[in-house]
Amino acid sequence: MQTIEPLLAGHSFFKGLPKEHLKLIVGCSSNAIFNPEQFLFREGEEANTFYVIRSGRVQVETFSPKNGPITIQTAGEGDVLGWSWLVPPYHWRFDAKAAEQVRAIAIDGKCLREKCENDHNLGYELMKRFALIIAERLEATRFQLLDVYGK
Amino acid sequence: MANKIENQSVAPEEGRDPMMTYPYYVQKVRQETYDTFTLELKPAKEQEIGPFEAGQFNMLYVFGLGEVPISISGDPDNPERLIHTTRAVGPVTQAMRKLRRGNMLGVRGPFGTNWPVDKAVGKDVMIITGGIGLAPLRPAIYHILNHRDDYGKVSLLYGARTPEDLLYTKELEKWGQRSDLEVHISVDRASGDWKGNVGVVTTLIPKSTTDPKNTLAMICGPEIMMRFTIMDLQKRGLQNQDIFISMERNMKCGLGVCGHCQLGGVFVCKDGPVFRYDNLKDLIAKREI
Repeated sequence: MQTIEPLLAGHSFFKGLPKEHLKLIVGCSSNAIFNPEQFLFREGEEANTFYVIRSGRVQVETFSPKNGPITIQTAGEGDVLGWSWLVPPYHWRFDAKAAEQVRAIAIDGKCLREKCENDHNLGYELMKRFALIIAERLEATRFQLLDVYGK
Repeated sequence: MANKIENQSVAPEEGRDPMMTYPYYVQKVRQETYDTFTLELKPAKEQEIGPFEAGQFNMLYVFGLGEVPISISGDPDNPERLIHTTRAVGPVTQAMRKLRRGNMLGVRGPFGTNWPVDKAVGKDVMIITGGIGLAPLRPAIYHILNHRDDYGKVSLLYGARTPEDLLYTKELEKWGQRSDLEVHISVDRASGDWKGNVGVVTTLIPKSTTDPKNTLAMICGPEIMMRFTIMDLQKRGLQNQDIFISMERNMKCGLGVCGHCQLGGVFVCKDGPVFRYDNLKDLIAKREI
């Protein structure tokens, strides 16, 4: 079985990270499998993990009593899912549910937060990378809000 | 095939009056979504419009009401099946939606420039479309699939508002089963029943396995969608001269005479609707025009 280190090293999100930083992140990582319909996380729960999706599709949902679950985004192979572990109060704002079997690398954000506090170079590197993801998501959300296909 | 994508005007076929409307019967009507429908037409007399190329449009005339430009969405290799898909948005298209088999309408065309299916030979192709933009691109997809060996990898990235707004669902399913065509579909919003992708069409771009250094992109959809898509393609490394878009403006005459569809120095009906992006990039985002 492949160890986590080469998987993370080959992922675009971690590309170019110094080896010592990658080792710290690997130390906080584990493999995870989710069955269809299983939740990766639930709205309101403590956010202590983020995921690198290796295969399968995850639905990011919110629930409305009137309309039931509403999918607002999906994440698939190669995507990095979750940044609530990085932002106080460290609670998930949405549900994330496996639409099919999902293989992922789960990275312990709580452990990583401590390591970032102790090593600001690592913290800055991670912040830069997450800022890019957050900016892309914000741009996509604004595009989504434009409802360009409406009449 | 004439190269009509570099803003060259299209000469009407010899002996054919481009202002002449030909009577056609409605042969089939298919409701695609709650507001979008497809008409299959056949000529009512021996005279009919000329052959078309992928990306061109016809002026369809509902007698007594008016004429509207509608892209041709059928197979250019099978021109006797004249197919148009459109959305009922104004008085003419709303009346058109009420047409049934055997009813008649007028057809004038075909007009405009074509998708660069010849220029794409030997290259990977990304077809990126949003909403009803799949209809004008479907002839290009047919052409590429009819001549599949001429092209490298081909990706179709299709975004719609909701799963209920997806066009040609049976055909999409069939295309999705082909090993020589990558089909990625996403919707902007969905209920829990939808197991496909949710997110704007640009989120599908990283899923394409095409090689940015040897890819030609064809994009059709609302202008905002095309602008966002172009920015993401540029980030991926595509050059402006390898990006083609189809524009929509208020086209009336189809000949670049009346000026209704003028965009800066070009007429969308005559110099477009398909443009190479570098020929249009200074005009597309100009608020004043």
